[in-house]
Amino acid sequence: MTRVSTVAPDGGYTFAYLDEQTKRMVRRAILKAVAIPGYQVPFASREMPLPFGWGTGGIQVTASIIGREDTLKVIDQGADDTVNAVSIRAFFARTAGVPTTTRTEDATIIQTRHRIPETPLRASQILVYQVPIPEPLRWLEPREAETRRMHALQEYGVMHVRLYEDIARYGHIATSYDYPVRVNGRYLMRPSPIPKFDNPKMDRSPALQLFGAGREKRIYAVPPHTEVRSLDFDDHPFEVQKWDQACALCGSTASFLDEIVTDNQGGRMFVCSDTDHCDARVLAGHVGSAAGDRDPGGA
Amino acid sequence: MACDDRPLLSARGLTRYYGRILGCRDVSFDIWPGEVLGIVGESGSGKTTVLKCISARLEPSAGTVTYDTRTDGPVDIHRVSEPSRRLLMRTDWGFVHQDPRDGLRMAVSAGANIGERLMAVGARHYGQIRETATSWLGKVEMDTGRMDDLPRTFSGGMQQRLQIARNLVTAPRIVFMDEPTGGLDVSVQARLLDLLRGLVSDLGLAAVVVTHDLAVTRLLSHRLLVMRHGTVVETGLTDQVLDDPQHPYTQLLVSSVLHP
Amino acid sequence: MYVAVKGGERAIEASHRLLEAARRGDPAVPELSTRQVSEQLPRAVDRVMAEGSLYDRELAALAIRQAAGDLVEAIFLLRAYRTTLPRLGNSEPVDTARMLVRRRISATFKDVPGGQILGPTPDYTHRLLDFRLADIAPTHAAQGEDTVQRDRLPPQEEPMPRVMDLLGREGLVEDETPAADEGQPPADITREPLRFPAGRDARLQVLARGDEGFLLALGYASQRGFSNTHPFAGEIRYGVVAVAIVPEELGFAIEIGEIELTEVQMVNQFAGSDTAPPQFTRGYGLVFGHQERKAMSMALVDRSLRGRELGEAADSPTEDEEFVLYHSDNVESSGFVQHLKLPHYVDFQSELELLRRLRSEFDPPSAQAAE
Repeated sequence: MTRVSTVAPDGGYTFAYLDEQTKRMVRRAILKAVAIPGYQVPFASREMPLPFGWGTGGIQVTASIIGREDTLKVIDQGADDTVNAVSIRAFFARTAGVPTTTRTEDATIIQTRHRIPETPLRASQILVYQVPIPEPLRWLEPREAETRRMHALQEYGVMHVRLYEDIARYGHIATSYDYPVRVNGRYLMRPSPIPKFDNPKMDRSPALQLFGAGREKRIYAVPPHTEVRSLDFDDHPFEVQKWDQACALCGSTASFLDEIVTDNQGGRMFVCSDTDHCDARVLAGHVGSAAGDRDPGGA
Repeated sequence: MACDDRPLLSARGLTRYYGRILGCRDVSFDIWPGEVLGIVGESGSGKTTVLKCISARLEPSAGTVTYDTRTDGPVDIHRVSEPSRRLLMRTDWGFVHQDPRDGLRMAVSAGANIGERLMAVGARHYGQIRETATSWLGKVEMDTGRMDDLPRTFSGGMQQRLQIARNLVTAPRIVFMDEPTGGLDVSVQARLLDLLRGLVSDLGLAAVVVTHDLAVTRLLSHRLLVMRHGTVVETGLTDQVLDDPQHPYTQLLVSSVLHP
Repeated sequence: MYVAVKGGERAIEASHRLLEAARRGDPAVPELSTRQVSEQLPRAVDRVMAEGSLYDRELAALAIRQAAGDLVEAIFLLRAYRTTLPRLGNSEPVDTARMLVRRRISATFKDVPGGQILGPTPDYTHRLLDFRLADIAPTHAAQGEDTVQRDRLPPQEEPMPRVMDLLGREGLVEDETPAADEGQPPADITREPLRFPAGRDARLQVLARGDEGFLLALGYASQRGFSNTHPFAGEIRYGVVAVAIVPEELGFAIEIGEIELTEVQMVNQFAGSDTAPPQFTRGYGLVFGHQERKAMSMALVDRSLRGRELGEAADSPTEDEEFVLYHSDNVESSGFVQHLKLPHYVDFQSELELLRRLRSEFDPPSAQAAE
């Protein structure tokens, strides 16, 4: 697989699909979101040629901030070659003609669904999250009018009630992804369905983090170097998932692992969910228990 | 600052219309720290309207409700900002609904129900929250072993005790009660009233108890307000009003209880 | 031996080729033309235009062909195209009293000025499959052409006043309520995010392009007691109205075309409130094309959503503004329901890890040892 590719844009539509008025509207929402970290800014989300629920919020954010000098990386579940990532990358290659890459360090914009790359992000990078449900209080209170009021008054006690219930029932907090955070000591925020394993990467990240929810018509942001705290109790502090295994391909013990079922007898192995990170480690000479099973250069 | 030599809560000229229908008219009274006020009358007399107005659940069409806050002294509760009003409602005040299902979070355990107000004001130590919840279960005479059970597994009387504990955990200074023993069996009622009377006097709580049941108010309240057609027809010390009613309506009310 | 899955791009391309083949069907059968779809499946075209929120018969027909007859998919195609269109101007409000009426009935009066006009309707047909339509041979079809009467509408001399306006003169029906913020431009749900509480202008816009099936079910529920609206069909009319714009440089209105509309006014009982005497209230439906089922459902739901404003109990789902408006758009609902097909490996892995931990804490140690 080529690391960086450039495809000529499709002639029929404007650069990155959205018209300039719409992009300006989205950028205004983004600016407001950056100014009020964690606050959900309503925006007039447009219908996109991809279905709502399939990343239209992230796509609109990316389309509004991308320029010709940008290099785009798109991941879904940590991987560059899952169907949705392929489809969105092809969309931008076709409508914006920008170079795309699979290497985290080469990208200026990374659009993601459900993961944060293992490679630490830099100050000049922007991470764009696809968000299905932006409202952290939604399962506790279905009404938008009421949740907005709860945010305004910082009435977040009920969120701790949920965590309390987890501990009372299971002995520990039983939320494993989309784990609620408090941004800059003020707004309660849903980090999108990333595993809680990734939550610590959001805290004081030098990169700008933008969140787009297309169907729900909300944009929110975590500016660089902003505190992002996962909710917890003093005596039950937040903790992330751990695996007994190392990645079977690169031997990493510090990355989020996917479980792969390898045969009908229930045989399984664990490999890095971040394919770029795994490839880079293999190239650098790290080996796992199943080393040699995968050609790091791609299929 | 709050002070013991002035009323905790004062209502002046409270009037509330629902469109053209009168809820209550020109109701005025004071509640002193530690005092229990009963409001009696039949359905439609306006007693629940008054309760809602003084507990900031309903805005009056006219009149004021002044509350002596711990930090800022007397404030008009319908004029203060919404954040301060909501803070009052979840710390310094309690509200006990007739139907415990209206006052409890039915989907979470008894412990979480009691702990919610603590967490809302910033408690972040699970162990301490649990300890406080345990102690409150004890104070309302519930089995502490049922801490992690859901409210629906409790009887009506136990749910009502849980609702009371949930309200008292932040040490409020006044509790508003709407027919607190309404839906309960007579024997359960008696035990709950006993508990309430004990708690109110032990904690020095002020309370407003709305009820159509004169027996409840005789047991709980120091003073009494009798309402009819939206206005107060008689007021005085509970024993005095019940033993020597002056207004014909109060006389009727008292006699109908004594001679059913 | 494990090899990480690659080649998503090629798999997607192959899938697209299969999709195209499935759409085309047997190549021995002549392909439908867009014109055939727009002429012979006009109700499908109407629905796609209305919910796709774009009045263009040819593009709607194209979308139906491309979506292989999947109307919700066709609606999505049209909506996505609509996003890219520039807005050149806003039309003047259309005047349905000046509609060139093809069909107009009232269920509230036996006769009304202008009369009851049945027009084209399947209402009084017996729903028996007409086997004469089955596999018509081309020659047969040509003969059929002759037998189909191309009824010309008699020229309509005067505007046909709306039935509700007749009641209005007596003061028995509420005035057509001007928005509280009269003078402000109406909401535009395609330009501004929906906020709650939503005005009636925004609500009607959402309903006009809402999913027909969803609104039908809600309207039906409102009749069965999940609402308290007691409706009568005051008037249902379908026909052609002129669309006019006022170009800035001209300063007066010029007609730029005609569109077909179905308009429904429901009359609903109302007991009166603190501020209003007992009177009839209105529920309103307006849809592109000839879609009476949709327009009637819309009118029922519009009235249900007015419950709170009219001081009614309003505790049914049909009266819950957020519930109705947030869930009526099938481009949104179809996308989110189907997004469950996307990979969720990471979240599932997280849940798996959690569940294993919970199970190991739950299972007695002896059971673990036996494993």
